Amino acid sequence: MAEQDDAVWLHTGAQVTIVELARASGLGEEALRELVEFGALVPVAVETSEWCFSAECVVRVRTAARLKADLELETPAVALVLTYLERIQRLETELRHLRAQLTAPRR
Amino acid sequence: MKYKDYYATLGVERGADADTIKKAYRKLAQKHHPDVSKEAGAEEKFKDIAEAYQTLKDPEKRAAYDQLGSSYEAGQEFRPPPDWERQFRERHGAGAAPGGGSFSFDDLDLSDLFEGLSRARRGAGRGGASMKIPGEDYEVTVHLSLEDAARGTQVDLSLGVPEMDDQGRVRHVPKTIKARIPKGATDGQRLRLRGQGGRGLNGGANGDLYLNIVLHPHPLFRPDGHDLYIDLPLAPWEAALGATVEVPTLGGAVNLKVPPGTAAGRKLRLGRKGLPKPGGGEGDLYAIVQIVNPTVLNERERELFGELARASHFNPRGHFTGGGHG
Repeated sequence: MAEQDDAVWLHTGAQVTIVELARASGLGEEALRELVEFGALVPVAVETSEWCFSAECVVRVRTAARLKADLELETPAVALVLTYLERIQRLETELRHLRAQLTAPRR
Repeated sequence: MKYKDYYATLGVERGADADTIKKAYRKLAQKHHPDVSKEAGAEEKFKDIAEAYQTLKDPEKRAAYDQLGSSYEAGQEFRPPPDWERQFRERHGAGAAPGGGSFSFDDLDLSDLFEGLSRARRGAGRGGASMKIPGEDYEVTVHLSLEDAARGTQVDLSLGVPEMDDQGRVRHVPKTIKARIPKGATDGQRLRLRGQGGRGLNGGANGDLYLNIVLHPHPLFRPDGHDLYIDLPLAPWEAALGATVEVPTLGGAVNLKVPPGTAAGRKLRLGRKGLPKPGGGEGDLYAIVQIVNPTVLNERERELFGELARASHFNPRGHFTGGGHG
């Protein structure tokens, strides 16, 4: 029933700290704060001393970090990438939801 | 060692200036980056492009590469100049180890060679032996059956893992990693397995392994998060009169009560018969009603349908002419 300690599902319910997110993505904390300023990343609780993010954004931020390094993107471009990745993920979830309800045609 | 034509990979002339090389790389990277491109083999293609660019963008590495000349064909076996081998040996102390075996370039990759040479020339390697290097993170897509996702399972993953041998040379070796996937996976979900990525060097932390879960299509169930959907075909009289029907679930068939007057498209919920959730609990199973007519009627059935047609005043298209918006 319990998850292994080393296995973590990265879903909306789980959270990661800004330190963890920086480590997982390879982007510095400063770059992450800048992405928050650009509105591309939204912390779940801003009032706490250490920002936390939804765990599902780990993979998204990793992808953005890879694109930043490989395509030599500036931070505003990374912010744009993140915004689109988030939108794609939302649409994919929506698509999955709709497809699941679509009944197979029968003769 | 196999020769690689980095200029051809980037599609530029051998004499191309740095700006042209950068532009060519960016154009190709945008097209083939595995995070952007959905084409098969994008990852391999991008690796080649990135490797070519890593060498050609660095003036020192590019000069060393150019020394090899242009007479080789891509994929052709070649031997690097003898003084390279000497430099490499000095940098890595190869051969100094007693009984360290014969040092050879043959089993090195061209990109590893340039990386090694460049470090040797910078002298950066001297402190390198004690520098903590964190292990690489890996992202892998794993295809699971719905049943395995529900139960939890173990998968064997084949990865190309960089490893440093006792002579300090880095090379990519194929490695099979066993990853345990706890129950509770859904389609599109990501799992992080801490410390199960590449090994850290000199006391550096091990990398993480990220799994992207993709569920195989199931012949009966369609997942939506932890909920499942199944089509429930009913005969017209079952839908009209109500019935108790057997419905398959992941845990075996259960009886479902269909209320009288059930319309097509109606969702009948079977609580907690969906996929298990990681934190405990389960999703639901929804049976979507389809009303299916027999395609061939025998004489008696035709008679009964005829009688029903004459006796019934039901008009399913009443809203077409009723002037209403129902």
